Amino acid sequence: MKPIETKQEYSNYVDQKSPNSPILKNCFNAFWVGGLICTIGQIIMDFCKFKGLDETASSTIVSIVLIAISAILTGLNVFNKIGKFAGAGSLIPITGFANSIVSPAIEYKSEGYVMGVGGKMFTVAGPVLVFGISASVIVGIIALLFM
Amino acid sequence: MDFIQSIDWIGILKCFVVGGIICIIGQILIDKTKLTPARILVIFVTTGAILGGLGIYKYLIDFAGAGATVPLLGFGANLAKGAMQEVKTAGLLGAFTGGVKASAGGIAAAVFFGYLASLIAKPKIKKQ
Repeated sequence: MKPIETKQEYSNYVDQKSPNSPILKNCFNAFWVGGLICTIGQIIMDFCKFKGLDETASSTIVSIVLIAISAILTGLNVFNKIGKFAGAGSLIPITGFANSIVSPAIEYKSEGYVMGVGGKMFTVAGPVLVFGISASVIVGIIALLFM
Repeated sequence: MDFIQSIDWIGILKCFVVGGIICIIGQILIDKTKLTPARILVIFVTTGAILGGLGIYKYLIDFAGAGATVPLLGFGANLAKGAMQEVKTAGLLGAFTGGVKASAGGIAAAVFFGYLASLIAKPKIKKQ
C-alpha cells in the first residue's frame, strides 16, 4: 500500500474505509417513529372527539398529553435513547419541543431553581417561541391589512 | 368498545405517512446540513407560521389530522391561525393576543411539566 501524503488522499482514504452514510437508515427510523408519534396523537384526538369535544379543545389536549408523556420519558432518561435512535422522528413532533424544555430543566437543577431550572429551560425553546410568536404577530398584522 | 369501532383507519394511515414524511424532511436537514436542532426547530415553527398565514397548511391538516398538527410545523401554523382569527374580532390587538392564546395549552404544559420533572428527576451523572 502506498503511503498517504496529501490531505486529499487522506480524505479519499477515509471515505473509502468509512461505512456508507447511514442517511437512508436514519430517514427510515425518523419516518416510522415520527409517524407513530403522530398516530398516537391522532388516536388521542379521535378519542376526544368521540367524547364530544370540539376540534380546538381536542388538539390542545393532544399537545398537552404528548408533552406530558415526553416529560415523563425525559425524566426516566428514556427519551434521549429514543432520540438517538429516531433523530428527527422524535425531534420534529411536539415531543421534541417538550424534551428541549424538560431536559435542560433537569440537567441544570444544580444551578438553582431560578436561574438553573427557570432560565436554562428556554435555551432551545426560547428561540422557538421568539420566532414562532413573532411570525404569528406579523401574520396577524398582514391579515389585518388585507381584510 | 364503540371507540375502537369508530376509528377511521384510513385517516390513521394518512396521519402516519404525512407525520413520517415531515420527520424525514427534518432528518435530511440534520444529516445534510450543519444546522443545530434548535435552528431546525426554529425553521419548522417559522415555516409552519408562514404556511398557516398563507392558508396552505389547513389543507394538510384536513388531509392528515394529527400527522400535520403534531409536528412543530403545526405548532407554527396554529400560532398563525390563532392570530388571524383573533384579528377578525379584536383588530390589531388580536394580532398580539391570538397566536399565544391558541397555543397557550401547549406552552403552559411544557413549562409546567418541565418544572415538575426538574423537581422529581435526578440529573444523570456526566461521564468524564
